[in-house]
Amino acid sequence: MRFKATVYVSLKRGYSDPEGETTARALRGLGYSVSGVRVSKVYEVELEAESREEAERLVDEMCRRLLTNPTKDDYRFEIRERG
Amino acid sequence: MRRSEIRVLILRVGGTNCDRETALAFRDLGVEAEVVHTHRVIREGSLPDYDVLVFPGGFSYGDYVRSGVIWAKLVEAYLLEDLMRFVEEGHPVIGICNGFQLLVELGLLPGFEGRSPYPEAALATNASNVYECRWVRLKNVNRGNCPFTRSIPREAIIRMPVAHGEGRFLFPREWEEEYLERLYEKDQLVLRYVKPDGSFAEGEYPHNPNGSFHDIAGICSPEGNVFGLMPHPERAYYGWQLPDWTRMGRPPEYGDGRLILEGIVEYVERRF
Repeated sequence: MRFKATVYVSLKRGYSDPEGETTARALRGLGYSVSGVRVSKVYEVELEAESREEAERLVDEMCRRLLTNPTKDDYRFEIRERG
Repeated sequence: MRRSEIRVLILRVGGTNCDRETALAFRDLGVEAEVVHTHRVIREGSLPDYDVLVFPGGFSYGDYVRSGVIWAKLVEAYLLEDLMRFVEEGHPVIGICNGFQLLVELGLLPGFEGRSPYPEAALATNASNVYECRWVRLKNVNRGNCPFTRSIPREAIIRMPVAHGEGRFLFPREWEEEYLERLYEKDQLVLRYVKPDGSFAEGEYPHNPNGSFHDIAGICSPEGNVFGLMPHPERAYYGWQLPDWTRMGRPPEYGDGRLILEGIVEYVERRF
């Protein structure tokens, strides 16, 4: 079965996000009353797996082994089956 | 081991860019230094032929995902067994800048209980959110566990340049104090950023260029032979690389970076 996982990786709360702060400052400069910005990365992973559970297990493993550094990153993902 | 017999392997991949000056500096010390692509070392199984391994600075694989992580996973997938044997035999493994990022992503540093399957620390985006490329002051805080800084007196201040966008050393927030204590216990702290008066930067910019926790610029493994640092010793090797050399009248022949590279060579001479 073919799946597509959308993985969101973001900096854990409590760590400063310099990219987000810079972006917030720029948005304020444009006149928006922005109180904060946090930046995330999105990966769209296409994969094959025996089942949905298997796909979830694999994507979770990918997140822990490569897509995130557990010291500073949080992640979540959505999986959908592809036709 | 005689100095002329020592072979230094400087690994490269697409995007490394400090390999050649690192090789030049090592050759000046009278050892053989080769720059070899990581794929070739994997294919030929040639890591055991060398005495020193250097992961040089640069932007391996475009710094995609996180700096150093793609290269780290290449090493994990294809070179790990040879690398772990190399480390266990006591050979020096040095990661400079991008190489430090690799050693952290690979779980070799801090490596409290040997290599960790997942990183125990991170080198995050600089707090300033800009690429910091300039000279910094560092204090050697190691008490003797790291054999490569033994020729630098304890508490001495040295100067080397940094050049990175992701150098903010972090521990997981919930383990910060405990991990720091472990670094002290096992004498793994090596270099910390300081102010011009020699006191620790205490996170203050620009003396601490990236916002690193505890002003950490370089750490070693509990055994001392794996060493990673953000500053570039190879860019502070010759006297004419110093930022103020034209003002000095007669610049010194060598800069402080030489002390570290020579410390590596002297360690191999003594140990093997």
